[in-house]
Amino acid sequence: MDLSFGPEYESFRKEVRGFLEQHWPPAEGVNDETVRRFRKQAVERGYLLRAIPKRYGGSEQPPDELRSIVLREEFHKRRAPMDYRGIGTMMLVPTLLERGEEWQKEFFVPKSVTGEYVWCQGYSEPGSGSDLASLKTRAELAGDEWVINGQKIWTTQAQHAHYMFCLCRTEPEAPKHAGISYLLIPMKQPGIEVRPLKNMAGGEDFNEVFFSNAKTKKDWIVGKRGEGWLVSRTTLKHERNSIGSSEGSAIQLAGLVQLAKTALRNGRPAIQDPEIRQRLVNLEGTVRSHQYSGLYQLTKSVKNENPGPIATMNKLISTNIGNEIARIALDLVAEDGLLDPIADERLMGLAPGSGRGWIGQYMYSLGIATAGGTANIQRNVIGERGLGLPRDVFADRSSGK
Amino acid sequence: MNFDLSEEQGLLQETLRQFAQNECPPTRLRALFESAEGHDPALWRGLAELGIAGLCVPEEHGGAGLELLDLALAAEALGRAALPGPFFGHSLACLALALAGSDAQKRAWLPRLASGEAIGTLALGEPGGIWQPEEWRVEVARGALRGAKTAVPWARIANLIVVGTAGGGLALVEPGAAGVKIEDMGGVDRTRRIDSLGLEDAACEPLPGGAEAAPRVRDAALVLLAADAYAAAQWLVATTVEYAKTREQFGVTIGHFQALKHQLVAMAVEIEPARALYWYAAHAFDHLPEEAPRLAALAKAHLTERAQQIARDAVEAHGGIGFTWECDVQIWFKRCMFDRAFLGIPSVHRERAAQLAGW
Repeated sequence: MDLSFGPEYESFRKEVRGFLEQHWPPAEGVNDETVRRFRKQAVERGYLLRAIPKRYGGSEQPPDELRSIVLREEFHKRRAPMDYRGIGTMMLVPTLLERGEEWQKEFFVPKSVTGEYVWCQGYSEPGSGSDLASLKTRAELAGDEWVINGQKIWTTQAQHAHYMFCLCRTEPEAPKHAGISYLLIPMKQPGIEVRPLKNMAGGEDFNEVFFSNAKTKKDWIVGKRGEGWLVSRTTLKHERNSIGSSEGSAIQLAGLVQLAKTALRNGRPAIQDPEIRQRLVNLEGTVRSHQYSGLYQLTKSVKNENPGPIATMNKLISTNIGNEIARIALDLVAEDGLLDPIADERLMGLAPGSGRGWIGQYMYSLGIATAGGTANIQRNVIGERGLGLPRDVFADRSSGK
Repeated sequence: MNFDLSEEQGLLQETLRQFAQNECPPTRLRALFESAEGHDPALWRGLAELGIAGLCVPEEHGGAGLELLDLALAAEALGRAALPGPFFGHSLACLALALAGSDAQKRAWLPRLASGEAIGTLALGEPGGIWQPEEWRVEVARGALRGAKTAVPWARIANLIVVGTAGGGLALVEPGAAGVKIEDMGGVDRTRRIDSLGLEDAACEPLPGGAEAAPRVRDAALVLLAADAYAAAQWLVATTVEYAKTREQFGVTIGHFQALKHQLVAMAVEIEPARALYWYAAHAFDHLPEEAPRLAALAKAHLTERAQQIARDAVEAHGGIGFTWECDVQIWFKRCMFDRAFLGIPSVHRERAAQLAGW
């Protein structure tokens, strides 16, 4: 056991620091143009877009999780922008790189990784949530085009997106999972209507999307007809493959401790209250377990070894932590719990003394618990893949197994 | 950057797993658990032959000279098998002597302890929920001790007892000395029996570095309890999952049912990541001294609290059979109770962790 990075990585750290001191923050101030230029320089140095091949605009570095950590730490300290993060870069691009046609990669990847192309994900439907493979949105081939009819829901960013990666039923006669294709669809067209859905906190982040004879080109399909389910699993793998997720939990906990130091209880800082102290330390045990088990999983991944069932548990653990943070925060903000939340994720839990921001976190933690598979679906995954328990009788029946 | 065990550490755990499998299978464990004496000298000799009795004793005194992480890994491997015997108290007595003993004391005792020929134990608790060094009240006067200790693991078979004394010091007592009274307390964990220790002008030898070492020994004990709690919880989860894969109701194995599946997942999710917490706490004890006391408190509070809940859930998931004396679940259930109560309940250590953070 050795938690130091060793001389090779420390000299890399020095190099990154030197680069950052020279280039960030930019002398002309922070704006879209200077951020764009900075990112370009960082790509040239091999610091950003490391997993993206050079011919698609990336820096094509060999996978090295420790370098990635050093980069995250140093960029974070300097508050320098890292890779553009959006659903396109996190989910579509890795999927295209693995399963896409050459022309698709050339056409979509370079502009998606810079955020010029904004993507949204068309998976869930009103009648197909946890049982996603029962989805009904139809795509039929008519000449050189797919004609799409149906409805998607919970579509984050649909109002801003240029394109959607979408699961559609193209083979209605095939069994459930085998009748689905993975299509790429331009969003700005007459056959698509986007209606915002307000969430319980008052925010408008997700939408309903209606397709009435919407169209996309015949070859805007990833994988073959009927392979959409498999292709989408590649994408989900990328969504869940987030070893860094425990960093977020630690940052949230630090914010909560800060809140406990400023909020008052019986006229004294809440952190002096015995019950609050107990709950904070109890939570810290969970957060640190998550962090250190993240270090273990990282080590295993560097050594190319299987970390065991823990790999299936990360999302549920993060969800549980978010829920507990929300419960403690609600008690710390006390009567501010009477107020409307701030429904802006950027402000939630960050502004000290901002009760409204924590009310926002209290509600949004529920959204996070559901996004990408509800906590109960996560529990099924852990039970079946992590612990080797048998599949649910009803799920077996509906997939024809 | 490598947060994983070394090959040697993996081998140590595997060796102990096989030893327990061969030398203390469930029938043997049950017999010891039920027996009046509870201790098997042959089992202890076997462990000593593997070097386990002197794991953290310096090499110059006949031990393996390893670190707390290694000791904790051994505690986990032995705890997984609920192996009855004095490993816990003995290891801590060795550590106390190694940290605080004079050269003469070390030379007199450590080689015999390291070979397993002598058994050591540690007397920390006192009546009234007293555990921490700053609270100890046993008086030292003119080379003798007066007072009472509780929950001394295996004092009845020990050749040497390290006693916590007023002012947070440590002193050596030989159980045969005049004024030493040892009585079975009737402990819940029949694999780690506990005794009360009466001291009426019992001859003692103070350890010169006792006051400095006592908090370190306490922290080491907290980490070992956390490691054992992890082991017990893992056994309980694995055993209950296995049961859910074999027990049938309504024509299918009960593991098909989502209600039970989710209970089992909740148990696993609580304990699985926490192994890394006890590893880190042990590593901190060995290499990150500023973090060590707080991490030890956190690990003990976190793991023993969760293991106890998992033990309850495991009984429940087994149904009626889980509540019987005959079902082995009770053995690990009771080890969880020991880990939780020994050295203070979780809330005590959460409060300590809050104080150590300056909150």
